[in-house]
Amino acid sequence: MKKYLSFFHLRFAMGLQYRTAALAGIITQFAWGGIQIMMFHAFYRTDAAAFPMSLSATASYVWLQQAFLAFFAVWMIENDIFDAIVNGNIAYELCRPVSIYSMWFARSIATRLANAILRCFPVLIVAAFIPQSYGIDAPASPVHFLLFVLSLLLGLAVTVTFCLLIYVLTFFTISPQGLRIMFTSCVEFFSGAVIPLPFFPDKMRSFMELLPFASMQNAALRIYSASMCADEIRRAILLQVFWLVVITAAGKLLCRFAEKRIIVQGG
Amino acid sequence: MIAMEHVCKSYKIAKRNAGFVEACKALFHREYEVIHALNDVSFTIHDGEMVGYIGPNGAGKSSTIKILSGILTPDSGTVLVDGHVPYKNRIDHVREIGVVFGQRSQLWWDVPVIDSFELLKDIYSISDACYRQSLEELTELLNLSELLRSPARQLSLGQRMRCEIAASLLHRPRILFLDEPTIGLDAVSKLAVRDFILRQNQTHKTTVILTTHDMQDIESLTSRILLIGKGQILMDGSLDDIKSGNESIDATIAELYRTYHI
Repeated sequence: MKKYLSFFHLRFAMGLQYRTAALAGIITQFAWGGIQIMMFHAFYRTDAAAFPMSLSATASYVWLQQAFLAFFAVWMIENDIFDAIVNGNIAYELCRPVSIYSMWFARSIATRLANAILRCFPVLIVAAFIPQSYGIDAPASPVHFLLFVLSLLLGLAVTVTFCLLIYVLTFFTISPQGLRIMFTSCVEFFSGAVIPLPFFPDKMRSFMELLPFASMQNAALRIYSASMCADEIRRAILLQVFWLVVITAAGKLLCRFAEKRIIVQGG
Repeated sequence: MIAMEHVCKSYKIAKRNAGFVEACKALFHREYEVIHALNDVSFTIHDGEMVGYIGPNGAGKSSTIKILSGILTPDSGTVLVDGHVPYKNRIDHVREIGVVFGQRSQLWWDVPVIDSFELLKDIYSISDACYRQSLEELTELLNLSELLRSPARQLSLGQRMRCEIAASLLHRPRILFLDEPTIGLDAVSKLAVRDFILRQNQTHKTTVILTTHDMQDIESLTSRILLIGKGQILMDGSLDDIKSGNESIDATIAELYRTYHI
Protein backbone atom coordinates (compact mmCIF):
# COMPACT_ATOMS: atom_id res chain seq x y z
CA MET A 1 0.00 0.00 0.00
CA LYS A 2 2.82 2.37 0.94
CA LYS A 3 4.36 2.14 -2.52
CA TYR A 4 1.12 3.24 -4.16
CA LEU A 5 0.91 6.14 -1.71
CA SER A 6 4.41 7.14 -2.81
CA PHE A 7 3.32 7.22 -6.43
CA PHE A 8 0.45 9.35 -5.27
CA HIS A 9 2.75 11.76 -3.40
CA LEU A 10 5.22 12.17 -6.22
CA ARG A 11 2.53 12.70 -8.81
CA PHE A 12 0.62 15.07 -6.56
CA ALA A 13 3.75 17.15 -5.96
CA MET A 14 4.41 17.21 -9.69
CA GLY A 15 0.86 18.31 -10.42
CA LEU A 16 1.17 21.24 -8.04
CA GLN A 17 4.25 22.63 -9.78
CA TYR A 18 2.47 23.64 -13.00
CA ARG A 19 1.22 27.05 -11.88
CA THR A 20 0.92 28.73 -15.27
CA ALA A 21 -1.14 25.87 -16.63
CA ALA A 22 -3.45 26.17 -13.63
CA LEU A 23 -3.85 29.92 -14.13
CA ALA A 24 -4.63 29.47 -17.82
CA GLY A 25 -7.08 26.73 -16.87
CA ILE A 26 -8.89 28.97 -14.41
CA ILE A 27 -9.29 31.73 -17.01
CA THR A 28 -10.64 29.24 -19.53
CA GLN A 29 -13.06 27.89 -16.98
CA PHE A 30 -14.48 31.35 -16.25
CA ALA A 31 -14.90 32.12 -19.94
CA TRP A 32 -16.49 28.76 -20.68
CA GLY A 33 -18.78 28.84 -17.65
CA GLY A 34 -19.82 32.41 -18.48
CA ILE A 35 -20.72 31.56 -22.06
CA GLN A 36 -22.76 28.54 -21.00
CA ILE A 37 -24.72 30.50 -18.41
CA MET A 38 -25.46 33.31 -20.89
CA MET A 39 -26.70 30.73 -23.35
CA PHE A 40 -28.95 29.04 -20.80
CA HIS A 41 -30.15 32.47 -19.68
CA ALA A 42 -31.32 33.23 -23.23
CA PHE A 43 -33.26 29.95 -23.38
CA TYR A 44 -34.82 30.44 -19.96
CA ARG A 45 -36.02 33.95 -20.87
CA THR A 46 -38.15 32.48 -23.62
CA ASP A 47 -39.96 30.06 -21.33
CA ALA A 48 -38.47 29.23 -17.94
CA ALA A 49 -41.22 26.67 -17.23
CA ALA A 50 -40.15 24.49 -20.15
CA PHE A 51 -36.94 23.43 -18.44
CA PRO A 52 -36.45 20.56 -16.00
CA MET A 53 -34.06 22.47 -13.72
CA SER A 54 -34.34 26.04 -12.44
CA LEU A 55 -31.89 28.57 -13.84
CA SER A 56 -30.07 28.86 -10.52
CA ALA A 57 -29.72 25.05 -10.26
CA THR A 58 -28.38 25.00 -13.81
CA ALA A 59 -25.92 27.80 -12.99
CA SER A 60 -24.69 25.88 -9.92
CA TYR A 61 -24.30 22.81 -12.12
CA VAL A 62 -22.22 24.77 -14.64
CA TRP A 63 -19.91 26.35 -12.03
CA LEU A 64 -19.34 23.08 -10.18
CA GLN A 65 -18.63 21.44 -13.50
CA GLN A 66 -16.01 24.09 -14.28
CA ALA A 67 -14.49 23.96 -10.78
CA PHE A 68 -14.08 20.17 -10.87
CA LEU A 69 -13.27 19.87 -14.56
CA ALA A 70 -9.99 18.11 -13.71
CA PHE A 71 -11.94 15.37 -11.92
CA PHE A 72 -14.15 14.46 -14.82
CA ALA A 73 -12.61 15.51 -18.13
CA VAL A 74 -11.63 12.24 -19.79
CA TRP A 75 -9.65 14.20 -22.39
CA MET A 76 -7.25 15.20 -19.58
CA ILE A 77 -5.83 11.72 -19.77
CA GLU A 78 -2.18 10.99 -18.98
CA ASN A 79 -0.05 11.07 -22.07
CA ASP A 80 2.94 9.64 -20.18
CA ILE A 81 1.16 6.33 -19.84
CA PHE A 82 0.29 6.16 -23.53
CA ASP A 83 3.87 7.11 -24.42
CA ALA A 84 5.24 4.37 -22.19
CA ILE A 85 3.08 1.78 -23.95
CA VAL A 86 3.72 3.07 -27.46
CA ASN A 87 7.51 3.49 -27.17
CA GLY A 88 8.11 0.53 -24.87
CA ASN A 89 9.26 2.31 -21.70
CA ILE A 90 6.60 0.22 -20.01
CA ALA A 91 9.40 -2.37 -19.81
CA TYR A 92 10.84 -0.61 -16.77
CA GLU A 93 7.48 -0.44 -15.03
CA LEU A 94 7.05 -4.16 -15.54
CA CYS A 95 10.37 -4.78 -13.74
CA ARG A 96 9.01 -3.33 -10.52
CA PRO A 97 7.27 -5.28 -7.79
CA VAL A 98 4.06 -3.32 -8.29
CA SER A 99 0.75 -4.01 -9.94
CA ILE A 100 0.63 -1.88 -13.09
CA TYR A 101 -3.09 -1.33 -12.68
CA SER A 102 -2.93 -0.13 -9.08
CA MET A 103 0.06 2.07 -9.83
CA TRP A 104 -1.75 3.77 -12.72
CA PHE A 105 -4.78 4.20 -10.51
CA ALA A 106 -2.73 5.91 -7.78
CA ARG A 107 -1.01 8.30 -10.14
CA SER A 108 -4.13 9.18 -12.12
CA ILE A 109 -6.07 9.98 -8.96
CA ALA A 110 -3.14 12.10 -7.74
CA THR A 111 -2.87 14.08 -10.97
CA ARG A 112 -6.58 14.82 -11.05
CA LEU A 113 -6.70 15.78 -7.37
CA ALA A 114 -3.69 18.10 -7.71
CA ASN A 115 -5.14 19.77 -10.81
CA ALA A 116 -8.55 20.18 -9.21
CA ILE A 117 -7.17 21.61 -5.97
CA LEU A 118 -5.22 24.25 -7.89
CA ARG A 119 -8.23 25.24 -9.95
CA CYS A 120 -11.42 24.70 -7.96
CA PHE A 121 -11.12 27.33 -5.22
CA PRO A 122 -10.83 30.47 -7.38
CA VAL A 123 -13.77 29.31 -9.50
CA LEU A 124 -15.93 28.40 -6.50
CA ILE A 125 -15.15 31.59 -4.58
CA VAL A 126 -15.77 33.96 -7.48
CA ALA A 127 -18.92 32.09 -8.54
CA ALA A 128 -20.27 32.41 -4.99
CA PHE A 129 -20.20 36.19 -5.32
CA ILE A 130 -21.93 36.30 -8.70
CA PRO A 131 -25.53 37.56 -8.23
CA GLN A 132 -28.29 35.04 -7.50
CA SER A 133 -29.38 32.63 -10.20
CA TYR A 134 -26.21 33.23 -12.25
CA GLY A 135 -23.70 32.23 -9.63
CA ILE A 136 -23.37 29.17 -7.45
CA ASP A 137 -25.95 28.62 -4.71
CA ALA A 138 -25.30 27.19 -1.28
CA PRO A 139 -25.92 23.42 -1.23
CA ALA A 140 -29.56 22.43 -0.78
CA SER A 141 -28.91 21.13 2.77
CA PRO A 142 -25.96 19.84 4.85
CA VAL A 143 -27.05 16.30 4.04
CA HIS A 144 -27.08 17.11 0.35
CA PHE A 145 -23.62 18.55 0.70
CA LEU A 146 -22.23 15.41 2.34
CA LEU A 147 -23.86 13.21 -0.30
CA PHE A 148 -22.45 15.55 -2.94
CA VAL A 149 -18.90 15.05 -1.61
CA LEU A 150 -19.36 11.28 -1.48
CA SER A 151 -20.76 11.19 -4.99
CA LEU A 152 -18.02 13.53 -6.23
CA LEU A 153 -15.31 11.15 -5.01
CA LEU A 154 -17.12 8.11 -6.41
CA GLY A 155 -17.46 9.95 -9.71
CA LEU A 156 -13.72 10.68 -9.70
CA ALA A 157 -12.98 7.00 -9.11
CA VAL A 158 -15.35 5.92 -11.90
CA THR A 159 -13.73 8.42 -14.30
CA VAL A 160 -10.22 7.24 -13.41
CA THR A 161 -11.04 3.53 -13.77
CA PHE A 162 -12.66 4.34 -17.09
CA CYS A 163 -9.43 6.03 -18.23
CA LEU A 164 -7.47 2.99 -17.03
CA LEU A 165 -9.62 0.88 -19.32
CA ILE A 166 -8.44 3.05 -22.23
CA TYR A 167 -4.78 2.60 -21.22
CA VAL A 168 -5.15 -1.14 -20.96
CA LEU A 169 -6.87 -1.35 -24.35
CA THR A 170 -3.89 0.53 -25.84
CA PHE A 171 -1.82 -2.60 -25.20
CA PHE A 172 -3.90 -4.24 -27.90
CA THR A 173 -4.33 -1.41 -30.41
CA ILE A 174 -0.76 0.04 -30.05
CA SER A 175 -1.99 3.50 -31.11
CA PRO A 176 -4.18 5.30 -28.58
CA GLN A 177 -5.67 7.82 -31.05
CA GLY A 178 -8.81 5.98 -32.10
CA LEU A 179 -9.68 4.81 -28.60
CA ARG A 180 -9.22 8.29 -27.21
CA ILE A 181 -11.42 10.02 -29.75
CA MET A 182 -14.16 7.41 -29.46
CA PHE A 183 -14.25 7.20 -25.68
CA THR A 184 -13.79 10.92 -25.11
CA SER A 185 -16.72 11.84 -27.35
CA CYS A 186 -18.92 9.20 -25.75
CA VAL A 187 -18.11 10.48 -22.29
CA GLU A 188 -18.60 14.16 -23.19
CA PHE A 189 -22.05 13.52 -24.60
CA PHE A 190 -23.42 10.82 -22.29
CA SER A 191 -22.03 12.11 -18.98
CA GLY A 192 -23.77 15.46 -19.12
CA ALA A 193 -20.63 17.46 -19.85
CA VAL A 194 -22.21 19.23 -22.84
CA ILE A 195 -25.81 19.48 -21.60
CA PRO A 196 -26.99 18.25 -18.19
CA LEU A 197 -28.82 14.92 -18.52
CA PRO A 198 -32.24 16.21 -17.35
CA PHE A 199 -32.41 18.29 -20.55
CA PHE A 200 -32.60 15.17 -22.70
CA PRO A 201 -35.98 13.67 -23.73
CA ASP A 202 -37.38 11.46 -20.95
CA LYS A 203 -36.99 8.07 -22.63
CA MET A 204 -33.44 8.78 -23.68
CA ARG A 205 -32.61 10.23 -20.28
CA SER A 206 -33.82 7.22 -18.31
CA PHE A 207 -31.61 5.04 -20.48
CA MET A 208 -28.62 7.38 -20.29
CA GLU A 209 -28.85 7.51 -16.50
CA LEU A 210 -28.11 3.79 -16.32
CA LEU A 211 -24.90 4.02 -18.36
CA PRO A 212 -21.52 4.24 -16.60
CA PHE A 213 -21.07 7.75 -18.03
CA ALA A 214 -23.92 9.05 -15.85
CA SER A 215 -21.98 7.83 -12.81
CA MET A 216 -19.19 10.33 -13.46
CA GLN A 217 -20.17 13.99 -12.98
CA ASN A 218 -23.95 13.81 -13.45
CA ALA A 219 -24.76 12.33 -10.04
CA ALA A 220 -22.67 14.65 -7.87
CA LEU A 221 -23.56 17.89 -9.66
CA ARG A 222 -27.27 17.19 -9.51
CA ILE A 223 -27.25 16.09 -5.88
CA TYR A 224 -25.70 19.43 -4.86
CA SER A 225 -28.65 21.54 -5.91
CA ALA A 226 -31.22 18.85 -5.06
CA SER A 227 -32.44 18.36 -8.61
CA MET A 228 -32.81 14.69 -7.69
CA CYS A 229 -35.26 13.35 -5.11
CA ALA A 230 -34.12 11.09 -2.24
CA ASP A 231 -34.89 7.86 -4.14
CA GLU A 232 -33.05 9.08 -7.19
CA ILE A 233 -30.03 10.03 -5.09
CA ARG A 234 -29.92 6.58 -3.52
CA ARG A 235 -30.17 4.94 -6.92
CA ALA A 236 -27.51 7.22 -8.44
CA ILE A 237 -24.98 6.49 -5.68
CA LEU A 238 -25.64 2.74 -5.82
CA LEU A 239 -25.14 2.86 -9.58
CA GLN A 240 -21.83 4.67 -9.05
CA VAL A 241 -20.64 1.91 -6.71
CA PHE A 242 -21.87 -0.72 -9.16
CA TRP A 243 -20.05 0.78 -12.13
CA LEU A 244 -16.90 1.38 -10.09
CA VAL A 245 -16.77 -2.31 -9.22
CA VAL A 246 -17.61 -3.51 -12.74
CA ILE A 247 -15.15 -1.21 -14.55
CA THR A 248 -12.35 -1.96 -12.09
CA ALA A 249 -12.89 -5.71 -12.44
CA ALA A 250 -12.95 -5.46 -16.23
CA GLY A 251 -9.80 -3.31 -16.25
CA LYS A 252 -7.88 -5.62 -13.94
CA LEU A 253 -8.88 -8.70 -15.89
CA LEU A 254 -7.89 -7.14 -19.21
CA CYS A 255 -4.63 -5.91 -17.70
CA ARG A 256 -3.71 -9.39 -16.53
CA PHE A 257 -4.47 -10.73 -19.99
CA ALA A 258 -2.46 -7.93 -21.65
CA GLU A 259 0.58 -8.57 -19.44
CA LYS A 260 0.70 -12.17 -20.66
CA ARG A 261 0.81 -11.28 -24.32
CA ILE A 262 2.69 -8.03 -24.11
CA ILE A 263 5.19 -7.01 -26.77
CA VAL A 264 7.64 -4.28 -25.90
CA GLN A 265 7.90 -1.81 -28.76
CA GLY A 266 11.24 -0.49 -29.93
CA GLY A 267 13.69 -3.27 -29.04
CA MET B 1 20.87 -19.77 -10.47
CA ILE B 2 19.41 -19.02 -13.87
CA ALA B 3 18.28 -21.86 -16.08
CA MET B 4 16.72 -21.50 -19.52
CA GLU B 5 15.67 -24.65 -21.34
CA HIS B 6 14.48 -24.91 -24.92
CA VAL B 7 13.04 -21.41 -24.91
CA CYS B 8 11.37 -20.18 -28.09
CA LYS B 9 9.89 -16.77 -28.77
CA SER B 10 8.59 -15.47 -32.08
CA TYR B 11 7.10 -12.20 -33.24
CA LYS B 12 4.69 -11.61 -36.07
CA ILE B 13 5.76 -8.67 -38.17
CA ALA B 14 3.79 -6.98 -40.96
CA LYS B 15 6.08 -6.29 -43.90
CA ARG B 16 5.67 -4.39 -47.14
CA ASN B 17 7.79 -2.74 -49.79
CA ALA B 18 8.27 1.00 -50.05
CA GLY B 19 5.84 3.30 -51.79
CA PHE B 20 2.24 4.42 -52.03
CA VAL B 21 0.98 1.60 -54.24
CA GLU B 22 2.40 -0.95 -51.85
CA ALA B 23 0.78 0.86 -48.93
CA CYS B 24 -2.61 0.64 -50.69
CA LYS B 25 -2.11 -3.02 -51.45
CA ALA B 26 -1.35 -3.64 -47.80
CA LEU B 27 -4.79 -2.26 -46.95
CA PHE B 28 -6.36 -5.36 -48.45
CA HIS B 29 -3.72 -7.97 -48.16
CA ARG B 30 -1.14 -7.91 -45.45
CA GLU B 31 1.93 -10.06 -45.49
CA TYR B 32 3.17 -11.24 -42.16
CA GLU B 33 6.48 -12.73 -41.43
CA VAL B 34 7.14 -14.72 -38.31
CA ILE B 35 10.51 -13.85 -36.81
CA HIS B 36 11.96 -16.46 -34.52
CA ALA B 37 13.70 -14.17 -32.06
CA LEU B 38 14.65 -17.13 -29.88
CA ASN B 39 14.79 -20.61 -31.27
CA ASP B 40 15.46 -23.34 -28.72
CA VAL B 41 17.74 -21.41 -26.39
CA SER B 42 19.18 -23.24 -23.37
CA PHE B 43 21.83 -22.21 -20.87
CA THR B 44 22.58 -22.22 -17.17
CA ILE B 45 24.26 -19.45 -15.20
CA HIS B 46 25.45 -19.99 -11.63
CA ASP B 47 25.36 -17.57 -8.73
CA GLY B 48 28.08 -14.93 -8.79
CA GLU B 49 28.97 -15.44 -12.45
CA MET B 50 29.53 -12.54 -14.84
CA VAL B 51 28.36 -13.43 -18.31
CA GLY B 52 28.73 -11.43 -21.51
CA TYR B 53 25.84 -12.02 -23.86
CA ILE B 54 26.88 -11.01 -27.33
CA GLY B 55 25.59 -11.23 -30.87
CA PRO B 56 24.81 -8.98 -33.84
CA ASN B 57 21.81 -6.61 -34.00
CA GLY B 58 18.52 -8.43 -33.84
CA ALA B 59 20.04 -11.68 -32.65
CA GLY B 60 17.69 -12.05 -29.68
CA LYS B 61 19.75 -10.57 -26.85
CA SER B 62 17.13 -8.13 -25.59
CA SER B 63 14.36 -10.70 -25.95
CA THR B 64 16.31 -13.02 -23.66
CA ILE B 65 16.81 -10.27 -21.09
CA LYS B 66 13.12 -9.39 -21.22
CA ILE B 67 12.08 -13.01 -20.70
CA LEU B 68 14.52 -13.37 -17.79
CA SER B 69 13.20 -10.20 -16.19
CA GLY B 70 9.59 -11.33 -16.44
CA ILE B 71 8.37 -8.83 -19.03
CA LEU B 72 7.86 -11.21 -21.93
CA THR B 73 6.29 -14.65 -21.86
CA PRO B 74 8.08 -17.23 -24.03
CA ASP B 75 6.10 -19.30 -26.54
CA SER B 76 7.55 -22.53 -25.19
CA GLY B 77 10.33 -23.82 -22.96
CA THR B 78 11.02 -23.38 -19.26
CA VAL B 79 12.76 -20.58 -17.41
CA LEU B 80 13.77 -20.69 -13.77
CA VAL B 81 15.50 -17.82 -12.00
CA ASP B 82 16.30 -18.52 -8.34
CA GLY B 83 13.35 -20.85 -8.16
CA HIS B 84 10.88 -18.40 -9.70
CA VAL B 85 9.30 -18.61 -13.12
CA PRO B 86 9.76 -14.93 -14.06
CA TYR B 87 6.62 -14.43 -16.15
CA LYS B 88 4.38 -16.43 -13.79
CA ASN B 89 5.11 -14.75 -10.47
CA ARG B 90 6.41 -11.49 -11.88
CA ILE B 91 6.04 -9.41 -8.73
CA ASP B 92 7.92 -11.86 -6.48
CA HIS B 93 10.58 -12.33 -9.11
CA VAL B 94 11.39 -8.68 -9.83
CA ARG B 95 12.05 -7.93 -6.16
CA GLU B 96 15.30 -9.89 -6.48
CA ILE B 97 16.57 -8.52 -9.76
CA GLY B 98 17.87 -5.23 -11.09
CA VAL B 99 17.59 -4.26 -14.74
CA VAL B 100 19.23 -1.49 -16.75
CA PHE B 101 17.96 -0.89 -20.28
CA GLY B 102 20.59 1.37 -21.80
CA GLN B 103 18.23 2.92 -24.31
CA ARG B 104 15.39 3.66 -21.92
CA SER B 105 14.94 5.74 -18.81
CA GLN B 106 13.42 4.81 -15.50
CA LEU B 107 13.97 8.19 -13.83
CA TRP B 108 11.06 10.58 -13.61
CA TRP B 109 11.72 13.28 -16.15
CA ASP B 110 10.49 16.35 -14.30
CA VAL B 111 11.69 15.83 -10.75
CA PRO B 112 15.17 15.69 -9.15
CA VAL B 113 16.85 12.30 -9.40
CA ILE B 114 16.73 11.91 -5.64
CA ASP B 115 12.90 11.95 -5.78
CA SER B 116 12.96 9.01 -8.19
CA PHE B 117 15.29 7.21 -5.77
CA GLU B 118 12.96 7.87 -2.84
CA LEU B 119 10.09 6.46 -4.86
CA LEU B 120 12.11 3.33 -5.62
CA LYS B 121 12.87 3.03 -1.92
CA ASP B 122 9.15 2.76 -1.22
CA ILE B 123 8.44 0.54 -4.22
CA TYR B 124 10.98 -2.03 -3.04
CA SER B 125 10.20 -1.41 0.65
CA ILE B 126 13.87 -0.74 1.43
CA SER B 127 14.51 0.03 5.11
CA ASP B 128 15.86 3.50 5.98
CA ALA B 129 19.24 2.22 7.15
CA CYS B 130 19.69 0.00 4.12
CA TYR B 131 18.67 2.77 1.76
CA ARG B 132 21.05 5.30 3.31
CA GLN B 133 23.92 2.84 3.10
CA SER B 134 23.24 1.90 -0.54
CA LEU B 135 22.79 5.52 -1.52
CA GLU B 136 26.06 6.56 0.12
CA GLU B 137 27.96 3.75 -1.50
CA LEU B 138 26.49 4.37 -4.95
CA THR B 139 26.94 8.13 -4.70
CA GLU B 140 30.59 7.73 -3.92
CA LEU B 141 31.41 5.02 -6.46
CA LEU B 142 29.47 6.51 -9.35
CA ASN B 143 30.25 10.09 -8.40
CA LEU B 144 26.65 11.22 -8.18
CA SER B 145 26.74 13.85 -5.45
CA GLU B 146 26.45 16.73 -7.93
CA LEU B 147 23.67 15.08 -9.91
CA LEU B 148 21.11 13.93 -7.36
CA ARG B 149 19.42 17.28 -6.90
CA SER B 150 19.00 18.06 -10.62
CA PRO B 151 15.92 17.07 -12.61
CA ALA B 152 16.60 14.05 -14.83
CA ARG B 153 15.74 16.01 -17.97
CA GLN B 154 18.69 18.34 -17.44
CA LEU B 155 21.36 15.64 -17.16
CA SER B 156 23.56 14.60 -20.04
CA LEU B 157 23.22 11.05 -21.36
CA GLY B 158 26.28 9.79 -19.47
CA GLN B 159 25.30 11.49 -16.23
CA ARG B 160 21.81 10.09 -16.53
CA MET B 161 23.10 6.59 -17.25
CA ARG B 162 25.14 6.65 -14.03
CA CYS B 163 21.97 7.58 -12.15
CA GLU B 164 20.03 4.86 -13.97
CA ILE B 165 22.53 2.24 -12.88
CA ALA B 166 22.38 3.48 -9.30
CA ALA B 167 18.57 3.39 -9.44
CA SER B 168 18.65 -0.27 -10.47
CA LEU B 169 20.93 -1.20 -7.59
CA LEU B 170 19.32 0.60 -4.66
CA HIS B 171 17.46 -2.51 -3.54
CA ARG B 172 20.64 -4.64 -3.77
CA PRO B 173 19.43 -7.16 -6.32
CA ARG B 174 21.05 -10.56 -6.35
CA ILE B 175 20.92 -10.69 -10.12
CA LEU B 176 21.65 -7.79 -12.42
CA PHE B 177 20.63 -7.64 -16.08
CA LEU B 178 22.45 -4.96 -18.02
CA ASP B 179 21.20 -4.29 -21.54
CA GLU B 180 23.85 -2.05 -23.14
CA PRO B 181 24.70 -0.13 -19.97
CA THR B 182 27.65 1.80 -21.42
CA ILE B 183 25.78 3.27 -24.40
CA GLY B 184 26.72 6.94 -24.80
CA LEU B 185 29.20 7.12 -21.93
CA ASP B 186 32.44 9.07 -22.10
CA ALA B 187 35.73 7.31 -21.34
CA VAL B 188 35.80 8.33 -17.70
CA SER B 189 32.21 7.29 -17.03
CA LYS B 190 32.71 4.05 -18.90
CA LEU B 191 35.67 3.11 -16.75
CA ALA B 192 33.79 4.15 -13.61
CA VAL B 193 30.79 2.02 -14.54
CA ARG B 194 32.93 -1.00 -15.42
CA ASP B 195 34.90 -0.67 -12.23
CA PHE B 196 31.69 -0.39 -10.30
CA ILE B 197 30.07 -3.47 -11.85
CA LEU B 198 33.21 -5.46 -11.17
CA ARG B 199 33.26 -4.39 -7.56
CA GLN B 200 29.56 -5.12 -7.17
CA ASN B 201 30.21 -8.64 -8.37
CA GLN B 202 33.19 -9.16 -6.08
CA THR B 203 31.80 -7.68 -2.86
CA HIS B 204 28.11 -8.58 -3.11
CA LYS B 205 28.45 -11.73 -5.25
CA THR B 206 25.91 -10.26 -7.66
CA THR B 207 25.23 -12.37 -10.72
CA VAL B 208 25.61 -10.15 -13.79
CA ILE B 209 24.38 -10.70 -17.32
CA LEU B 210 25.57 -8.07 -19.72
CA THR B 211 24.65 -7.42 -23.34
CA THR B 212 26.73 -4.90 -25.21
CA HIS B 213 28.30 -4.04 -28.53
CA ASP B 214 31.31 -2.56 -26.77
CA MET B 215 33.80 -5.40 -26.73
CA GLN B 216 36.02 -3.62 -24.20
CA ASP B 217 33.13 -4.05 -21.75
CA ILE B 218 33.20 -7.76 -22.40
CA GLU B 219 36.97 -7.95 -22.18
CA SER B 220 37.24 -6.14 -18.88
CA LEU B 221 34.20 -7.58 -17.16
CA THR B 222 33.23 -11.07 -18.14
CA SER B 223 34.90 -14.41 -17.87
CA ARG B 224 32.26 -16.27 -19.81
CA ILE B 225 30.72 -15.44 -23.17
CA LEU B 226 27.45 -16.59 -24.66
CA LEU B 227 27.18 -15.95 -28.39
CA ILE B 228 23.71 -15.76 -29.86
CA GLY B 229 22.85 -15.46 -33.54
CA LYS B 230 19.56 -15.87 -35.39
CA GLY B 231 17.91 -16.86 -32.15
CA GLN B 232 20.26 -19.71 -31.26
CA ILE B 233 23.13 -20.07 -28.84
CA LEU B 234 26.15 -20.66 -31.04
CA MET B 235 28.94 -20.67 -28.52
CA ASP B 236 29.39 -20.86 -24.77
CA GLY B 237 32.96 -20.34 -23.66
CA SER B 238 35.59 -17.91 -22.47
CA LEU B 239 37.26 -15.07 -24.27
CA ASP B 240 40.57 -16.95 -24.39
CA ASP B 241 38.89 -19.75 -26.34
CA ILE B 242 38.23 -17.50 -29.30
CA LYS B 243 41.19 -15.19 -29.18
CA SER B 244 43.91 -16.01 -31.69
CA GLY B 245 47.26 -14.28 -31.41
CA ASN B 246 47.19 -10.67 -30.43
CA GLU B 247 44.57 -9.22 -32.75
CA SER B 248 42.13 -6.71 -31.24
CA ILE B 249 39.02 -7.86 -29.48
CA ASP B 250 36.76 -6.21 -32.10
CA ALA B 251 38.57 -8.10 -34.89
CA THR B 252 38.20 -11.33 -32.92
CA ILE B 253 34.47 -10.87 -32.53
CA ALA B 254 34.00 -9.86 -36.18
CA GLU B 255 35.88 -13.00 -37.18
CA LEU B 256 33.66 -15.02 -34.84
CA TYR B 257 30.49 -13.58 -36.44
CA ARG B 258 31.89 -14.45 -39.88
CA THR B 259 32.62 -18.03 -38.83
CA TYR B 260 29.02 -18.54 -37.84
CA HIS B 261 27.59 -16.60 -40.84
CA ILE B 262 25.63 -14.20 -38.66
